[in-house]
Amino acid sequence: MVKFIRTHGTESALLAVIVVISFVLSLVTDRYFTVGNAFDLLNTSSVNIIFAVGLLVVLISGGIDISFAVAASVAQYGTALFIAWIGGGNWAIGLIIAGSIGIGLGCLNAALIQGFAIPSIVVSISTFNVFFGLLMFFTKGVSIYDLPDWLTEHVVLYERQLADGSWIEISLPVLVMAICVVATWTLVTRTTIGRQLYAFGDNPEGARRFGVNIAAMRFIAFGWLGLMAGIAGLVQAHYAQEVVPNALYGRELDVLAAVVLGGARLGGGKGTVLGCVLGVMLTQITQNGLNLMGVSPFAFKMIVGAIILIAITLSNARIERLLPFLSRKGA
Amino acid sequence: MSALIQRLNGAPFVRDMAGPGFAFLAVLIVFSLASPQFLSGATFGSVAFQLPELGLLTLAMLMPIITGGFNLAVTFTANMAGLTVAWILEANGGVDASPEVFAFAVVVAIGVGALAGFVMGLVIAFTRAHPILVSLSMMIFLRGLGEFLTRGGDVSGFPEFLHPIGHGSILGIPVPMLVFLVCVALWHLLLSRSRLGFNTYMIGSNIEATRYSGINTRRVVILVYTLSGAMCAIAGIIMMARFNSVRVGHGESYVLITVLACFLGGVHPDGGFGKALPVFVALIDLQMLSSGLNILGANQHLATAVWGLLLITVMISRWLVLRLRSNFASSRR
Repeated sequence: MVKFIRTHGTESALLAVIVVISFVLSLVTDRYFTVGNAFDLLNTSSVNIIFAVGLLVVLISGGIDISFAVAASVAQYGTALFIAWIGGGNWAIGLIIAGSIGIGLGCLNAALIQGFAIPSIVVSISTFNVFFGLLMFFTKGVSIYDLPDWLTEHVVLYERQLADGSWIEISLPVLVMAICVVATWTLVTRTTIGRQLYAFGDNPEGARRFGVNIAAMRFIAFGWLGLMAGIAGLVQAHYAQEVVPNALYGRELDVLAAVVLGGARLGGGKGTVLGCVLGVMLTQITQNGLNLMGVSPFAFKMIVGAIILIAITLSNARIERLLPFLSRKGA
Repeated sequence: MSALIQRLNGAPFVRDMAGPGFAFLAVLIVFSLASPQFLSGATFGSVAFQLPELGLLTLAMLMPIITGGFNLAVTFTANMAGLTVAWILEANGGVDASPEVFAFAVVVAIGVGALAGFVMGLVIAFTRAHPILVSLSMMIFLRGLGEFLTRGGDVSGFPEFLHPIGHGSILGIPVPMLVFLVCVALWHLLLSRSRLGFNTYMIGSNIEATRYSGINTRRVVILVYTLSGAMCAIAGIIMMARFNSVRVGHGESYVLITVLACFLGGVHPDGGFGKALPVFVALIDLQMLSSGLNILGANQHLATAVWGLLLITVMISRWLVLRLRSNFASSRR
């Protein structure tokens, strides 16, 4: 326990904040601390977590991407058009198409960054405008509601009625999310490519001299984010049961805030999958808790923003000094 | 060719202006050829009226970027300042409020904007958290605060004398444009002539070295974000006068466009380099592009996409120029 806190400062701090918030919420509401609510939380966080683990890989490699959410919209729309064109399809085809479009757009970013030595923030702000502008221009902002049944049908993988009569269920988005999280965790912690990504993000020139293939790292990182964005786009279409071209517009900044809150460093070389998931969960738990407490929805964002601001202030203000206190409380 | 490049190297002003200036000429020529209506007073009138909102927000973004940071809260800071003015006017008679009340409201609004910036600067300077994250959470907070207080609706009903501020002209120049020009001049002087400006560039280049040379970097960072917040407030007041109403979310899509304009104006993404005047030219490019596409019958979405393409094109040509230059240098050796 103590060792974990020492090696995972940000994650422990986040976990502590989540525990405190959960404790307060379980005192003031009777609905929060139920199994059903925990599963609801998982279901609603799926899309953001898929985005978050993808973005994490890019942040680890020292890049940044703003365009992934609109890239997901492009993938979502493209897939919807494609499956309407072939008339039918299934989840496998949908995921392959959405994933491919995502990878293509991610690699476009990587090619511009690598080929012309343009900083990733400049590239992704340009492509953000290009993707979104062209998507809205060609679709004229028209939404697609006529989706095939396999995409809109609510898929329940596991459900059970609890003793108190409430239902818990694990739906398809959760399974997809779990696969994405495990795959990303494997990529960054269990493969050579993962080690190279950290090395490249921490010190690009040093990594190059050690023989790391810089171009490959960029394409892998942005391609991976593109893949995750494509998958998240399709899952979001399934969740919302519609394809709205500007539905994901603005999501990129919320996800970025959550991932960086989870300990990923803008500048590269640092960040864990656990921290990134906790970062998303913290914002979701806060919203969920406020909802259950009956707080006006208009105040949600204000409180979430304040909590992130306080959390980063605390987590950056010499976390080591807080540690002895934290570990004693934990023991 | 190499003599020309060498001369360009020697003149910092020409070098800074190369990217946006080139884009300016390209946009001007392409649209004049494509549409006879483009080179007319009407086009430049519409550019002059639409430029200030985006322009003032871009100025607010400029200084933090030069320090190596960002202020992603620009639009919502502007909204909060606009709301402040609207509420003070409303509380003092609404449509019948006096000019003195408005003057007071403007001062309070600039204070509100500066306060938002000050808090961000404080957190960034003392915790060393990344400015993107700090300003992002401030943005989420301000948007939430504004939506909470207005319930997502808009506030309107302003006195008659506010109309000229948004729509009037003095000597043929729109009033918002005049305000914007004054602010550009102010930022230009601040960055190129003042101690604060010098320290801003130093911090963007190397904050540790700046601190070791005895400059209070925390104070400079806080000041930069406070000034940025105050500039947002001015943008918010102009936006209020232009739309004749205030709603949280007005101009929301400008956030990333302001960053784009800064980069187009040659500001370095990691900080340390960038000037106010090239950014001003870059802003004119963007607005001309969107007016030109409008004349040709395209909508704002296509213009957004073309803005992105323009930035990519400028960055690629910059890469080509650098490559050519180093080729010339090595062939002469």
